[in-house]
Amino acid sequence: MNRHLLSAADLDRAEAVAVLDVSEEMAATQRREIKKLPTLRGRTVVNLFFEDSTRTRTSFEAAAKRLSADVINFSAKGSSVSKGESLKDTALTLEAMGADAVVVRHWASGAPHRLAHAGWTRGSVVNAGDGTHEHPTQALLDAYTIRRHLRPAGGGHHGGTGQDLDGVRVTIVGDVLHSRVARSNVLLLHTLGAHVTLVAPPTLLPVGVESWPCRVTTDLDDALAGGAPDAVMMLRVQRERMEAAGGGFFPSVREYTRRYGLGRSRLALLPEHTIVMHPGPMNRGLEISADAADSPRSTIVEQVGNGVAVRMAVLYLLLAGDGTTPTPSSPGGTP
Amino acid sequence: MSAARDAARDPAREQDAGPVVGGRVLLEGADIHRALTRIAHELLEANKGPADLLLLGIPTRGVPLAQRLAQRLLEVEGTAVPTGSLDVTMYRDDLRRHPTRTLLPTELPPGGLDDKVVVLVDDVLYSGRTIRAALDALSDLGRPRAVRLAVLVDRGHRELPIRADHVGKNLPTSAAERVSVLLAERDGRDAVVLSPPPPAGTAGGRA
Repeated sequence: MNRHLLSAADLDRAEAVAVLDVSEEMAATQRREIKKLPTLRGRTVVNLFFEDSTRTRTSFEAAAKRLSADVINFSAKGSSVSKGESLKDTALTLEAMGADAVVVRHWASGAPHRLAHAGWTRGSVVNAGDGTHEHPTQALLDAYTIRRHLRPAGGGHHGGTGQDLDGVRVTIVGDVLHSRVARSNVLLLHTLGAHVTLVAPPTLLPVGVESWPCRVTTDLDDALAGGAPDAVMMLRVQRERMEAAGGGFFPSVREYTRRYGLGRSRLALLPEHTIVMHPGPMNRGLEISADAADSPRSTIVEQVGNGVAVRMAVLYLLLAGDGTTPTPSSPGGTP
Repeated sequence: MSAARDAARDPAREQDAGPVVGGRVLLEGADIHRALTRIAHELLEANKGPADLLLLGIPTRGVPLAQRLAQRLLEVEGTAVPTGSLDVTMYRDDLRRHPTRTLLPTELPPGGLDDKVVVLVDDVLYSGRTIRAALDALSDLGRPRAVRLAVLVDRGHRELPIRADHVGKNLPTSAAERVSVLLAERDGRDAVVLSPPPPAGTAGGRA
């Protein structure tokens, strides 16, 4: 049985829509005065972070606490123990603490998978970003944000409940090579029926990207003007990638910004309804200008709030039940 | 996440217990209509009019029942009583004993619950645990002046010190039997059906 969330590809379309629907209900509870729910009382969620990520960790921490789970933050950064042993020993420690779920961020691609399948822990494993591989909850919160904006329901706060993203055009721009966000988004958005276009300099495209379920181009203006996207997602570009020591993937900030940055003039190419997204943290003036980041189209701040709701939904779905599959006909008579 | 899959495949599995076969119809549509009309009058009498009343249906079938009650109140008093829904799933005490349950919308009328007389509306009162969860949920949403409970059917077997203020019909049942409330809004017809215990091997009564 599948009781982990390791990859955006773990979810089929119906499951992904169900996660977004639960997120919608969670978001509704977060607009109340009292935001805390008793749902996961007595459960323990461990945030196991081998890499710094204040945003993702606090988002998971807020999600778990809003559901009344106990949260243990385990920062394993800087540990001198050798890699394999370190992960195993840490997992055994967490198991001894009674972790019901382990939210893991690791610099090595595949670490969450190892943690989930090595038999070191009985808890559910949630991938909070592994290497250049995947970041499924980021993809879920992005899909949730897109659905809220582009699939508004008639009235009420339940934007788009039950709907997928069939036919929505999403353009993802930037350092695809190093981005787990891009990979998870391509997988999940494709599952939900969206059409994804990746735009990146040739040096920042991964080997084998042509086999991904998306279009790939190196011309941003063409993708924006001709592609008429419904959502444009800018990826973070690290300045270190420019320097020779960091790989020398692009020659200068100015050149990157000119060809792949989203600024005022490119904003004008977009259709009226198009939203501008960024997983954060932004490099203002590099991949995104202040005009774009602060424009009314920008959902960047909203994405942070949506992240908590989506992570609440994931924790709820993994931890609230007894872990079994329901019988096809459970007995009736609401008590 | 298999829980997501279950929720996706069967969004209302708790409420939709499959086709009702071999059951005995205890209340017909007209009986349900009369019971709701009487409850509406009782509500008005107990509250000395519709002032401050607020109806909250517990999904799924409590919601259309609350709407029907509101309609009756409108017909009797000419006052639109605010109506909403209250999903209690995240407050249940038995979440860990069942597969993950689907969340359903909680929609409060504008103005909130503070100082209102909130009437919880559900289809069947059984163990009382749903109502216990509803009371917890209410206390997170506001501070009503009073909380009342109206149910279409009280089938007994309470496990908590909870009783209904307004009951459509008291139905003595055995705990093994199944009571199904069918409403036109969801099921195409109105009826309350008592089914015999399911054959051995299938799940027993939900507490």
